[in-house]
Amino acid sequence: MKFIISILLVALLTYAIGIYGNLPWWSFVITNLLIAVAIPQKPLMAFAAGAIGVGLLWAGLALGIDLANNHILSTKVATILPLKGSYSSLIILTALVGAILGGLASLTGSFVRAHKGA
Amino acid sequence: MRLLPLIASAIVTTALVFTLNIQLKIGNAKAPKLGYFLSPQHGFWKNAEKIDANFDASIVANELQGNVDVYVDDRLVPHIYADHDQDAYFVQGYLHAKFRLWQMDFETRVASGRLSEIAGADKLPIDRMFRRLGMVYGAEKTEANINETNPTMKATVDAYTAGVNAYIKQLDPADLPFEFKLMNYAPEDWTPKKTYLFLMFMSYDLTGRSASVDLQMTNTRDYLGYDLFDKLYTNHQDSLDPIIPKGTVYEKPSIVPVKPLNADSAYLHKANSLSFNTVDMPEAPDKNNGSNNWAVAGSKTKSGRPILCSDPHLGLNLPSLWYEIQITTPTHSTYGASFPGSPAVIIGFNDSLAWGVTNAGRDVLDYYEIKFKDSSRNEYWFNGAWKATTKRTEVIKVKDSLDVVEDIAMTHWGPTMFDAHYQNTQSNGRNLAVQWTALTASTGVETFYLLNRAKNYDDYLHAISLWTCPGQNFVLATKSGDIAIKQQGSFVARWERQGDFIMPGEDTSFQWQGIIPTNENPMIKNPERGFVSSANQKSTDASYPYYLGAASAFPLYRGISVNMRLKNMSQITPEDMQSLQTDNYNVFAATARPALMKYIQVDKLSSDAKRMVNEMTNWDLYNSVNAKGITCFKIIWDSVEQAVWGDELSGSAIPLLKPDAYVLLDQMLKDTNWSIADDISTKDKVENLKDQVNLGVEKATEKLLALEKENKLAWALFKATRVLHLTKTPALSRLDLPIGGGVNIINATTENHGPSWRMVVHLTDEIEAYGLYPGGQSGNPGSPYYDTFVNYWAAGKYYRLLFLSKDKLKQSERTKWHMQFQKSNS
Repeated sequence: MKFIISILLVALLTYAIGIYGNLPWWSFVITNLLIAVAIPQKPLMAFAAGAIGVGLLWAGLALGIDLANNHILSTKVATILPLKGSYSSLIILTALVGAILGGLASLTGSFVRAHKGA
Repeated sequence: MRLLPLIASAIVTTALVFTLNIQLKIGNAKAPKLGYFLSPQHGFWKNAEKIDANFDASIVANELQGNVDVYVDDRLVPHIYADHDQDAYFVQGYLHAKFRLWQMDFETRVASGRLSEIAGADKLPIDRMFRRLGMVYGAEKTEANINETNPTMKATVDAYTAGVNAYIKQLDPADLPFEFKLMNYAPEDWTPKKTYLFLMFMSYDLTGRSASVDLQMTNTRDYLGYDLFDKLYTNHQDSLDPIIPKGTVYEKPSIVPVKPLNADSAYLHKANSLSFNTVDMPEAPDKNNGSNNWAVAGSKTKSGRPILCSDPHLGLNLPSLWYEIQITTPTHSTYGASFPGSPAVIIGFNDSLAWGVTNAGRDVLDYYEIKFKDSSRNEYWFNGAWKATTKRTEVIKVKDSLDVVEDIAMTHWGPTMFDAHYQNTQSNGRNLAVQWTALTASTGVETFYLLNRAKNYDDYLHAISLWTCPGQNFVLATKSGDIAIKQQGSFVARWERQGDFIMPGEDTSFQWQGIIPTNENPMIKNPERGFVSSANQKSTDASYPYYLGAASAFPLYRGISVNMRLKNMSQITPEDMQSLQTDNYNVFAATARPALMKYIQVDKLSSDAKRMVNEMTNWDLYNSVNAKGITCFKIIWDSVEQAVWGDELSGSAIPLLKPDAYVLLDQMLKDTNWSIADDISTKDKVENLKDQVNLGVEKATEKLLALEKENKLAWALFKATRVLHLTKTPALSRLDLPIGGGVNIINATTENHGPSWRMVVHLTDEIEAYGLYPGGQSGNPGSPYYDTFVNYWAAGKYYRLLFLSKDKLKQSERTKWHMQFQKSNS
């Protein structure tokens, strides 16, 4: 249950703080960390919750945007980056970057709690 | 117990944030900050526009005097209806920014030598060149002139500026244009100076070639000696069909420029000099920057009303240089192509008349050699005394590096572009000051502001009389039936060859002796032949009392093609004019092919060479997409040229100017024993044109066989026309377009250059206009409107332009969106 709630909270707060264009793009690192502190889980579970929460959110947002855009921009960016023009690879890359950073942030948070408790 | 993992995890997380938040290198270019760029709420995903995006909007702006309605049609062209002129320009600025902000920022950065600031030290050569050429200096002079003397233009540019800034101000960082995110920088506020910088860039693009060519000409003359130079770079164009018909009688000139007595020795170097220390430029505008325009009178059209056509040939870029717009206020109603960066319509029509421009190609930029007293460059020798310079300091900020300071000595000629601090391997520290009409205060866009409102021929004449630089051929057609063309700009009254080379700058003898009065500039109104036209050829025959500049600046053949076709046409319709604008007939090859065949000894050729020559002779003389004959012709011609003058020009360590094709063709037609044909590297043999042509064919065959192997003989595949993104990023460009045309062709589409705004205007009671440019109304690579017109353009098709009153436009089924601009919430 904690796990599911963590994922949902991560996704929700990542999205909410992302609305503020003036804040840095990595602001979700802070929210993830706080969530992991507030909802103690084993480090691996915390990492997974953070990774899945941000990863799925980013994948979903990118996918939705890309479909509505008919892959016009993703195809171009996937040539620049270079991903051989594959928009799916670009969406996966987007999700991975979000997931890894989100997971690491939550992992760090979980250690804070574990340390305090010890 | 858990402290260590906490610290480790925190470090890894921070390091990852850091890594994703710096610009990494991909290939040669700086890549975006990856985390930022990929974030779906901050980065590029935000620029992926919905394909069915809704452009309805309601905008409140205190700067407005009243309310403005903008209706946007299905091609994303805005139709502005405003009660006040300044409001219309405010909205034009807002819309330019909304759809083209990055390009406006980028182009004015280029013009002002500020690329290094965002792209790093790699861009220093181009930044330094533009600073030293006086681009910023020129823009400042224009700004000061307008602020002091022209309140209407000041108000216009101010309103435009306010509109751009109103858009920037409300822009959420997450919605920055794509390229800002890619290159990782942010837009600055717009200023009137940026508008003038943009116009300086157009002056550079259309007259700045002299900054390179004058040096190359000087190099070439010194290398070959004047006599040989004058043969290869002759000013005689036997087949010229000028803009003003041959035989026109010109009035006595008010200025008679006098060639200094010592010019032959001190300037032309007729006695072969050995001084060999001139400089080369980092970059030069395209030689093919030119255009076609023409107007046919009612006597030649089916409807009895004039038709005007204009297609400026410029570099083909995305986002396009052009942005279509309609501006309607109580004072005027105008439609056409505008420049993002400048108010008003530049090439277009209103409800009374239509106008278009081509480049005049006149030489308005010269170099003077300066002798400084010492390395401080505080004084220079002039008219037998030391004259003081002033110093202009230009600071170039460089990303990730120290500032670079250009300390430019300003002379009465202009800025000292080249000196000990700015030279290259060939320069030897020679000091060269630039005199350029673009550096005298201009009137900005006043000419276009007035053309937007012109009602008749007299208004047109007044409007263009204010135009200084870059010199243009302004064509006109009015609903009332007038057609006219006039070459206008500040043109120097020159003696023959004045300014073709670097001039001595130590006294007044080589200075400009005056600017030709505007009423003496070449012009023609309602000629008997029923049409006026220009295609960058020389504007007049030799009876015009002023020197137009070196002939190599004036392409010869497009003009011949246009005039030949127009002369033979009657009962013309707008469709006929469209097919003329996209015509691929090769008038040069029509003369050059038989000339070549006269010399080619087919029976002596190898079988492959025979095959290629056959391909060329069977070709229908149209540069069409699939034609192979033109590719064979072009490669053969180029090889023959190389065989004829490659030997004379080889061996020079510095780049020389290539002679024009007509020089060789005229000789081939004359059938004379031309001494240039001899290969000077063979001492025991005297080659003639026949030897060189056959040698050229064999050499060409090797190249053609290689092309055949790659399957690139078909013209469009060989030419590979592309519309390049301004950053030259291939993924953001359109490559390998299926389009014919080429150099010397009315459809002047070359590799990355060509008709940048095709327009046909039929001056019927309700104006019937067609047009398009190879781009799209949106500058956003993530928008379906980014390159909408490119395929249509390549195919030679046109859009019917919507030019209607507000009531009719509201009702039009092509009108899709409505943007409301309001003074205040009420």
